[in-house]
Amino acid sequence: MNTELVLFGVFAVMTLVSAGLVITARSPINSAMSLVSTFFFLAGIYVLLWAHTVAIIQVLVYAGAIMVLFLFVIMLLNLGDAPHRGRPTVTRILGGASAFGLLAVLAVTLGRTNAMPADLSLPEQATFGTIAAVGQSIFTAWLLPFEAVSLLLLVAMVGAVVVAKSRI
Amino acid sequence: MVPITYYLLLAAALFCMGMFGVLVRTNALVVFMCVELMLNAVNLTFLAFARMHGDGIGHVSAFFVIAVAAAEAAIGLAIVIAVFRSRGSVNVDDIRTMKH
Repeated sequence: MNTELVLFGVFAVMTLVSAGLVITARSPINSAMSLVSTFFFLAGIYVLLWAHTVAIIQVLVYAGAIMVLFLFVIMLLNLGDAPHRGRPTVTRILGGASAFGLLAVLAVTLGRTNAMPADLSLPEQATFGTIAAVGQSIFTAWLLPFEAVSLLLLVAMVGAVVVAKSRI
Repeated sequence: MVPITYYLLLAAALFCMGMFGVLVRTNALVVFMCVELMLNAVNLTFLAFARMHGDGIGHVSAFFVIAVAAAEAAIGLAIVIAVFRSRGSVNVDDIRTMKH
């Protein structure tokens, strides 16, 4: 048992447990807090994958900014616990069953495939996954998509104000 | 070294949990949170394949997914607030104006 496998196991189990709590929690606040911990454990897994930059962005943007927005809206709406679980309609039962079916299909396929190399010990470039390398890639090859994303965020910001405000 | 298949299995499990939540939960806010779970599963897959190929493009894709998720959360929560203001509920079963 090497350290990396142990760390992966701990992070993976904690991620799945937190994600399960997101789905099963009665109150939206508990869901949101479980989602924050899911994001933190996923950031740990990203570090194991040598994606340090994405791990930092995950903690800053997801666990920070987006979850603050979620908590702010939950507090603003002042919802209590779910008074009743919605009736299990046919649509809902079929939906849940199809989620389990997809999981089964994916697990069987991934278990069977031989295309994946068993070990990842490629010659590791020293710059792989660093802020310098990812930034270099974004600002040269992916500059236009980056600018498009900035425009998208501006439009989303203005649109959110327009939709949420009762009278402009 | 952790085999790449483990990462992909974790991503598949996370995606299916998010899908289950989207299809089963009735609270619109929790549905949004489950969409975020699915986006994170996709990010994990991107990063696992980036690690497998030693290529940085997966990291750039994950960055863009996170940016689009931020925009989606802002717009979606604004819509939730607007619906709550007009209907007094965030239960997706109560919102069926566009159904017929």
